[in-house]
Amino acid sequence: MTETTGGVELDEEMSGVIKKFMFVNRKAPYGTIYALEGLEVVLISAAFDQDVSLVFLDDGIYQLVKGQHTKAIDVKNFSPTYRALEGYDIEKLYVEKESLEARNLTVDNLIVPVEVLTSAEMAALMTEQDVVISF
Amino acid sequence: MSFELNGKTYETDEEGYLINLSEWNEDVAKYLAAEEKVDLSDNHWEVINFLREYYNDYQIAPAVRVLTKAIGKKLGPEKGSSKYLYELFPYGPAKQACKIAGLPKPTGCI
Repeated sequence: MTETTGGVELDEEMSGVIKKFMFVNRKAPYGTIYALEGLEVVLISAAFDQDVSLVFLDDGIYQLVKGQHTKAIDVKNFSPTYRALEGYDIEKLYVEKESLEARNLTVDNLIVPVEVLTSAEMAALMTEQDVVISF
Repeated sequence: MSFELNGKTYETDEEGYLINLSEWNEDVAKYLAAEEKVDLSDNHWEVINFLREYYNDYQIAPAVRVLTKAIGKKLGPEKGSSKYLYELFPYGPAKQACKIAGLPKPTGCI
């Protein structure tokens, strides 16, 4: 673990400490509530001006896949909301290379720009975090 | 909860937000605005239409901070301030404007 501020410069007006929060998304978007609930937590966390990053691995990759059609299963297609994250100043999105390849996907299949990391790089990034929350 | 307008019944949640977003129309907006005691001007409509577009694009109602920034970008910096938006919608631009625009309550609205 790094120091509590994670090297982030604190605004003098803000006395709060900025922590590194990582949200790990590992489940397919529909069928369970995890993906949607995880996304809501991320949106709420944006209000607290923390250093937030999002990780997508395993079936969590499917959350970002383009062209989701959910009408037949009668649930809302919330994938466009990932494109709103930029407006919430959440710009650190990472996907795991191995998970992408295992599903025959490339970044061109995804609805938002992401950084692709290997499993080892992902592990290193995780150890830098103050808080890791898995959905 | 529900209300009736022009012979049609509209379902709302316990806080008065429209349940079925696709039922929204300008008359519904006027009704909801009157309930909130907001007199709709062109400036109000500008924000309401902006919110509907935002929802259409992203499937969420924006948090106030995000709304303020996005409005400033789209409609000019003088309108991208919470002061301006609170003057239009005194009980909170996101909460009140979203309700009138027929959107759900914003996620992360604190």
